[in-house]
Amino acid sequence: MFAFIVSRLLQAIPVMLTVSLISFAMFAYVGDPVTIMLGQDYTEAQREALVRELGLDQPFFIQFIEFLHNAVQFEFGLSYRLARPVSDLILERMPATLELSFTAAFLALAIGVPMGVYTGLYRDSWLSRFFLTISLIGVSLPTFLIGILLILVFAVILGVLPSFGRGETVAIGWWTTGFLTVSGLRALILPSITLGLFQMTLIMRLVRSEMLEVLRTDYIKFARARGLSNRAVHFGHALKNTLVPVITITGLQLGAIIAFAIVTETVFQWPGMGLLFIQAVANADIPIMAAYLLLIALLFVIINLIVDLLYYAVDPRLRGGLRAAGGR
Amino acid sequence: MAAFAPARGLSRVFDSDLWWSFTRSPVVVVSAVVALTMILSALLAPWIAPHDPFNLATLDLLDAFTPPVWLEEGNWRFLLGTDDQGRDVLSTIMHGARISLFVGFASVLFSMTLGISLGLIAGYLGGTTDAVLMRIADIQLTFPSILVALLIDGLVRAMLPRELHDQIALWVVIFAIGISNWVQFARTVRGSTLVEKNKEYVMAARVIGLSPVRIMVSHVLPNVMGPVLVIATLNLGFAILAEATLSFLGVGVPPTQPSLGTLIRIGNDFLFSGEWWITLFPGITLAVMVLSVNLLGDWLRDALNPKLR
Repeated sequence: MFAFIVSRLLQAIPVMLTVSLISFAMFAYVGDPVTIMLGQDYTEAQREALVRELGLDQPFFIQFIEFLHNAVQFEFGLSYRLARPVSDLILERMPATLELSFTAAFLALAIGVPMGVYTGLYRDSWLSRFFLTISLIGVSLPTFLIGILLILVFAVILGVLPSFGRGETVAIGWWTTGFLTVSGLRALILPSITLGLFQMTLIMRLVRSEMLEVLRTDYIKFARARGLSNRAVHFGHALKNTLVPVITITGLQLGAIIAFAIVTETVFQWPGMGLLFIQAVANADIPIMAAYLLLIALLFVIINLIVDLLYYAVDPRLRGGLRAAGGR
Repeated sequence: MAAFAPARGLSRVFDSDLWWSFTRSPVVVVSAVVALTMILSALLAPWIAPHDPFNLATLDLLDAFTPPVWLEEGNWRFLLGTDDQGRDVLSTIMHGARISLFVGFASVLFSMTLGISLGLIAGYLGGTTDAVLMRIADIQLTFPSILVALLIDGLVRAMLPRELHDQIALWVVIFAIGISNWVQFARTVRGSTLVEKNKEYVMAARVIGLSPVRIMVSHVLPNVMGPVLVIATLNLGFAILAEATLSFLGVGVPPTQPSLGTLIRIGNDFLFSGEWWITLFPGITLAVMVLSVNLLGDWLRDALNPKLR
């Protein structure tokens, strides 16, 4: 187990290095931080002083090492637009994005898996057909449109739910949470449904096709022949064996959820990292873009690692072949 | 002889398995009709749209916020109503669909060309080239493609001066979406190339001394194209959605050439004041467009998959 984790961490290093290199290249070659920081009027001496202060006269490799050194300490300098430390900006926005993303992922799993099991078991019932049609529409509707439709129905027409912001939040240390207030929870409903809907349909379709596949296998027939109850066959034998692909896809989709949070946060003016990022893209605010990119890469690497670990928890067959898989 | 060729071509189409499976599924026929209608009305928009939404001379601010024709105060001149500047919503949708479809097709073509080339090279040459290319593909796959597209768009935006960027923004979006999607093409082509390159016809081509480029392009490529076309269709829906998402976020095509995504973003500002039609109709158009393309893609994938016949 330990060797496996170490080998996975070693594999993550090239990914993180590549992403850091891209981030660094953004800093070094896109735009000119010196001109931006100095503004309109400056003397050549001021310019040179700032270049030296920022270390821009150093060779590329030294600058990259310096950048890595700062990145490890989560130090990305000042935002060009907001003139505040990037690390502060991201840290104060991170709880909003993470709470939204995990709520969406939870909804997607909690609704998608039962729907998938149902449509897999009763594939011809009208409810299954209904679920499948809904899921097809869910796949074709872009996230922002779902958000707009939900706002139109629940905020504009019915006026029962808030359409923007996080509501009241409670600060626990540096982490601000919306889970503890009524207005915070109410504000969370529409954005998390918007964000989770696509993933929910995806998980439902996946569980359904896996269930159909598994139900045809011999060990299911054998389990039925042994006279086990439907419940035991469906949930103990069939569902358990559909879990490996579901975990993979959910893990990968968690990344997609965090990426699409950018869209949802824009629709609902949710004060998270995504909104910060999209404003940075629109204004070419390189430090925020670079920091966000690195942070997302780190998050994805961690998620992938957790997914790999969960495999071993779920699929005992893999535990025997641990060494072979780890050496890949 | 030449006069018979088109007729024979047609009978080849109508006798094929693909045509048979096409006519068997009403859903597929409907989505094909819907997709064709949309493509045609988008292509012909400058001629058949009821109004020219970009001709300022024909716009009248007094027409602004006219609701659709079936509501009170609706007006037969504007079937689906007008937006804040008095532009006819139906006409802006037709012109917007034109931009959306153009960006969709162009970016799929771009990622297809890029993916096929890199896939052929990786599969045929193997070795270090293959390892490096596939490693890059792996790393890119770690990130959702919409994020990659956003990032490229942001980088280009930062590199170019503003006026220049506005001029070529459309191409920047095509480039960004194209780059974010090449991996799937490359992997598929690489896989098929690995199989094909050990077959006898490739050996024969090598023995008679053809250059590797010639072998890749005129011998291997035609034999790996089948799955590529399926992926291209499935990717078209995605590319259209990606463009709409970028434009909705305000970093896509310039406001002077509004696509469906831009129209939805503009209309979104008026949602709370009750003018829902400005955003809803482009939204429905986008959803129906993507749905029909996706259904066609799904059908093509199943129809060309010998396992499911």
